[in-house]
Amino acid sequence: MTIAKPNSYRSGPDERGHFGIFGGRFVAETLMPLILDLEKAYTAAKADPAFQAEMNGYLKNYVGRPSPLYFAERLTEHLGGAKIYLKREELNHTGSHKVNNVLGQIMLARRMGKKRIIAETGAGQHGVATATLCARFGLECVVYMGAVDVERQQPNVIRMEMLGAKVFPVQSGTRTLKDAMNEALRDWVTNVHNTFYCIGTVAGPHPYPTLVRDFQSIIGVETKTQMQEVEGRLPDSLVACIGGGSNAMGLFHPFLDDPSVEIFGVEAAGHGLTQLHAASIAGGRPGVLHGNRTYLLMDADGQIQDAHSISAGLDYPGIGPEHSWLHEVGRVNYLSATDDEALAAFQLLSRLEGIIPALEPAHAIAKVMELAPQRPKDHLMVVNLSGRGDKDVPQVGDILKGKSK
Amino acid sequence: MTTRIDTRFAELKKQGRSAFVTYVMAGDPDPATSLEIVKALPKAGAEIIELGIPFTDPMADGPSIQAAGLRALKVGMTLKKTLELVRDFRKDDNATPLVLMGYYNPIYIYGVDKFLADAKAAGVDGLIIVDLPPEEDDELCIPALKAGLNFIRLATPTTDDKRLPAVLANTSGFVYYVSIAGITGAAAADANVVGDAVARIKRHTKLPICVGFGIRTPEAARAIAEKADGSVVGTALVDALRNSLDAEGRATAKTVDAVAELTAALARGVKGAKQAAE
Repeated sequence: MTIAKPNSYRSGPDERGHFGIFGGRFVAETLMPLILDLEKAYTAAKADPAFQAEMNGYLKNYVGRPSPLYFAERLTEHLGGAKIYLKREELNHTGSHKVNNVLGQIMLARRMGKKRIIAETGAGQHGVATATLCARFGLECVVYMGAVDVERQQPNVIRMEMLGAKVFPVQSGTRTLKDAMNEALRDWVTNVHNTFYCIGTVAGPHPYPTLVRDFQSIIGVETKTQMQEVEGRLPDSLVACIGGGSNAMGLFHPFLDDPSVEIFGVEAAGHGLTQLHAASIAGGRPGVLHGNRTYLLMDADGQIQDAHSISAGLDYPGIGPEHSWLHEVGRVNYLSATDDEALAAFQLLSRLEGIIPALEPAHAIAKVMELAPQRPKDHLMVVNLSGRGDKDVPQVGDILKGKSK
Repeated sequence: MTTRIDTRFAELKKQGRSAFVTYVMAGDPDPATSLEIVKALPKAGAEIIELGIPFTDPMADGPSIQAAGLRALKVGMTLKKTLELVRDFRKDDNATPLVLMGYYNPIYIYGVDKFLADAKAAGVDGLIIVDLPPEEDDELCIPALKAGLNFIRLATPTTDDKRLPAVLANTSGFVYYVSIAGITGAAAADANVVGDAVARIKRHTKLPICVGFGIRTPEAARAIAEKADGSVVGTALVDALRNSLDAEGRATAKTVDAVAELTAALARGVKGAKQAAE
C-alpha cells in the first residue's frame, strides 16, 4: 500500500464527507436536502453547550454511564499473557453500546422537530435502543428488521414491541440487515417531511458515519481516563468486533493518534473466509452502497453478495467508510473470527467471568484468545464488550444442543 | 454535442407533442425476451426508452422493479450483457433514444472510463443514476458529459428553488421530475401538483421536463402529458410483463405482446393530450 500517512488520523472526514476515497453522499436526490439539513442541525448542536449538557444528563442517569472498565482476572490467568480489561458497554441501559448513538440522534431529531423515527436493525440491539428512547420521549418508532433476523432474535422483537415500536419484518433480498437498511431508506424517501432516520452504525451517507462515531466516542474517551486511573498509562492494545463498526469506532477513535496503541478490529468470518462470511475488508473491495463508498462483499458485476454470520449484528456485507480508510492507511489491523471461534469465546467468557456476551463481541473475545497469549503480562489489552448475550441465549442454547446450525 | 435525445425532443416540439417514455428492466425475464421487448417498444409508440440496469439493492425502487431486477440477475444478467442488449437493439433502430437507468455500483465496478466508452459505442444516449446527486458529480456525471453522453438528473418534490440550480447545472438531455416523494410504483401523481412543479422547474431551465413515478394508466399519462414534455411509465409495464410469466417466472408466448399492448394503450393516451403549456 502506497498511501501517505496523514498527520492525524482523527481529522476526517473532509467537508464532502470523505475519508480518503471512502464515504461520500451517494443517495437519491429526494434524500439529499434531508441529509444537508441533518448536517446543519448536527453542526449547530455540536456548538451548543446546552445540547452536550442535556446529553450528559441522560448518559449518566438514564443510560448509566460511565460504563466500568473491568479487569477480567480469570480470563487473563487462563490465557496467560496480556492483562485483559473489558469495557462493559453491555451494562448500559438496553444492554449494548447502541444507546450512546441513539440518544444523540434522538436529541437531534427533537431539535429538528421530527416526530417519527425509523431505524434498521440486525441483532435488534439498535432497534431496542431506538424503541427505548422513542418511548422515553414520546416519539413514533418504526423498526425495519430482516425476516431472518426477526426469527433468530425473537427476544429483541418482543422487547421492541413492548416499548411501543412497530417492527416490520423485511422480506426482500436476503432478508437480513442490508435489506432492512434498503427498506428504511425506502421509508425515508417516502416520508420525508416528518421522519428522522436513526442509523445504527458508522455507515450511510455523510454526515452519519461522523455523527455516529462522535456519539460513540464516549467509549474510548472513558476508557482513556479509566485506564489512566487504574494503571496510570495508556492501554497497549484495543480489540473490538465489527459489523458496520460503531462500537469499534467508538473505542478506537480517541486513541488513533496514540501511536503506541495497537488496534484490532474483528470482522465475522462466518463459516470461514473461503465460504460464506461477513468480513468486508478481508473478503471484499471498495464499492458504493447505502450512501457511501466502502469495502463491500460483491461479485464481479458489482452485485452485493449475501453475508453470513452466526451473529445477526455482524451479518452485513459492508463496513463503515472510516474503517475502510483506517485499513488502507494501515492504522488499524482488521482480523476475523469464525462462527465456531465466536461460539467458543461465548462459552469461555460465560464460564470464566460470569458474563454472557452477545455473539457480536464474542468475535472480539475470540481474537483476544489468540492475541493475549502472544503478549507479555504487563501488556494492557482492552476489549469492547459491546453487548450482553441475553438475546442470543435461545439461539446458542439450540446450537449447543445440536438442534440447529 | 447533439444526442438522439436532443433530436427526438426537437422533433416532438415541432409536432407540439409530449414524449412517451417507457422503462423496462434489462434482462427481464431473460436476455433474449428482453431484447424482443425493447425492440417492440418503439413500434408500440415509445419515443424514449429507459433501460434498467439490474442491481441487488435498488434503494429507490418499489417491489415490482426490485423483483424485475432479481429476475434478471437470476438468469445471469450483468452490466456487460446490458450493453450487449443495447448494441443488438441498435442494429435495427438508430433513432430511438436509449437511456440506461440504475445505481452506481455496477458502473463503478465495471470501471467508469471503460463503461462510458463501451456505452457510447453500444449506442447509449444518456444515463440516469439514482444514487449520484450533484454533490458526487466528479464520479460519473462530468466524465459522462465529456464522453458525449447525456446525464439526466432527477429533480424531486424536496428539491427546492434554492437547490434547483445545483441539480440542473450539469444536467443534459432532459430533466426527470420524480412526481412523488417515494419509491417507484407507489402513490399516484396528482397532475395539477405536477403541473405546478414543472412550471417551477421551467423557470430555471430550458431543458425538456419528463415526469415519472406513479403514472400507471393511459388517462394518467395523458393528464401528465398536458403538463410536461414527457411522461415516464415503468412499474405498470414491469407488472404487465410479470403477469405474463409462467409459474416459474419464465417468459411465455404472451410476454412481449403484454408489454407492447400496454405500451400502445399508454402511447395513445399521451398522443391524445392537448399540447403541453410552454
